[in-house]
Amino acid sequence: MNPAISSKAIFVIAVFGLLAAYPLVAGNFGIDLVNKIMIFAVFALSLELLVGGAGLVCFGHAAFFGIGAYVAVLLSPPDGPASLLLLLPAAMLAAAAYAMAVGALSLRTKGVYFIMVTLAFAQMAYYVVHDTPLGGGTDGIYLTMKPVLGELLDLDRPITLYLFTLATLVLVFGFLAMLSRSRFGRALAGIRINEQRMRATGFATYPYKLAAFTISGAIAGLAGFLFAVKDGFVNPELMSWHFSGAVLIMIILGGIGHLRGALIGAFAFALLQEFFKSEAIFGAFSKHWNLGLGITIIASVALLPRGLVGVPGQWKDRLVGRASRRAETAEVQR
Amino acid sequence: MSAGDILLRGRGITRRWGGLVALNGVSLELQRGSVHAVIGTNGAGKSTLINILSGEVAPSEGQVELLGQDVTRWTQPRRARAGLGRSYQRNTIFPSFTVLENCRVAAQARTPRPWRWWQDAARCEVSVPAARAAAARAGLEDFMAQPAGLLSHGQKRQLELAMCLATEPEVLLLDEPLAGMGAEETERMLELLHELKPRHAILLVEHDMDAVFRVADCITVMVNGAVIASGTPAFVRSSAEVRTAYLGEH
Repeated sequence: MNPAISSKAIFVIAVFGLLAAYPLVAGNFGIDLVNKIMIFAVFALSLELLVGGAGLVCFGHAAFFGIGAYVAVLLSPPDGPASLLLLLPAAMLAAAAYAMAVGALSLRTKGVYFIMVTLAFAQMAYYVVHDTPLGGGTDGIYLTMKPVLGELLDLDRPITLYLFTLATLVLVFGFLAMLSRSRFGRALAGIRINEQRMRATGFATYPYKLAAFTISGAIAGLAGFLFAVKDGFVNPELMSWHFSGAVLIMIILGGIGHLRGALIGAFAFALLQEFFKSEAIFGAFSKHWNLGLGITIIASVALLPRGLVGVPGQWKDRLVGRASRRAETAEVQR
Repeated sequence: MSAGDILLRGRGITRRWGGLVALNGVSLELQRGSVHAVIGTNGAGKSTLINILSGEVAPSEGQVELLGQDVTRWTQPRRARAGLGRSYQRNTIFPSFTVLENCRVAAQARTPRPWRWWQDAARCEVSVPAARAAAARAGLEDFMAQPAGLLSHGQKRQLELAMCLATEPEVLLLDEPLAGMGAEETERMLELLHELKPRHAILLVEHDMDAVFRVADCITVMVNGAVIASGTPAFVRSSAEVRTAYLGEH
């Protein structure tokens, strides 16, 4: 096996192992925080399929997350828990259906226009829940009973919910890793690099992009579903463009083009947010956490063009560069 | 199908960009077993002609027939799957893929099976052998595992053609395959064209006149979007009109 590939695999397995062991040492606050971050990671992975996999920069991804979350709440009966086996697929299907409609129209555009059209569709969804009584308006709505799977899973217990989220994250990661190696994933990569060449070769590229967009929407809906179940509450902010921007920043921070990047980026983003929000560290300045977070993100994007995933490579290049410069100088002096 | 069959035919192809007439009523036929060269100055409409024949650009007027079918309204991917391959003047290889993977992705167009998500593409029993054969045919057998971006310019041109061959086309539209190649590389490419000729119909757009007159069975000369002469190399060489308009003799 290629040593570079196996070191990546070891890293990912180690991360998942640590996440599985984490509840043994953590309190309720820690479990809830890491649970939230893992949900963000699922969300970031869904966007990575589009941006890193197919080269499609979607700036309205929060809409699919929000639809998954709202469907989880709206389809739960008021007088008892819903079945997980019905609610989870329903949330994913609803998000996938909206993604397919949005994708069908927006994929006819390219570049900046694509970014703007996806944003516009997300804003439409945002205003539907914000300005109509459908989802409780600006106040949002509560999920009174968490969904159950017979007697097997009690998602009311934080530890069970945590492990359920972790299992989902592992499955999504594995699914996307498999997808990127398949013929479908390779064709998407070709489309990302040179769509015209792919068409000349015989690929009808539009259905490929639409399929990727729909799958991505479904996974974003899955993340939204988990979020609604965890918090027991949804509001329109879940669909706001700020959140679409945040998930883009996560994958940029982590390094676009790598599934690990989405994983690392979600953790880096959320932990930075917690860090700058911490009153214990920043005192009164913690109210302005956005400023600290923003500057850190700008700095890291400027200094780490390949994202956090690219840091080892960047160091290696720098060392090699320095060594070769030294060799050149030696050559000249001789 | 045997040699001499007309595999691709353009009839009265005209393309206007606003007021500019880029192509004016161009007709040509490509036969299996022959190399049909199209020569002309820059801006004569050669690349536009390839773009229209391959389906990348729609003609304002005229028809394109592929293997006896009217494909004027077909999309480019559909024409490609029906057996029409093209290469580009600019390199359009995937630089981050290996040489083999470049060819494999191209070969995959023939048997896409996009829904078999669980299958590793690198172990595809259809596209991998096809890719190996195409890369070997273009003389890249020793570079299969190399990232395409690290190849020399000439090798990139070979890969461009290999990707085209990997789709097993019947008609090849080659846009300046010799551009920027050294003498040795040119020689190898001409040899390859010669090998490909019996089973394919080849359209060759090329600036290297020595190469064109050596390899072509038929030459069409274009000036300002129109055909001014078409025939055997000997006929074209002796045509007074071509001499004044293009070959620069008086």
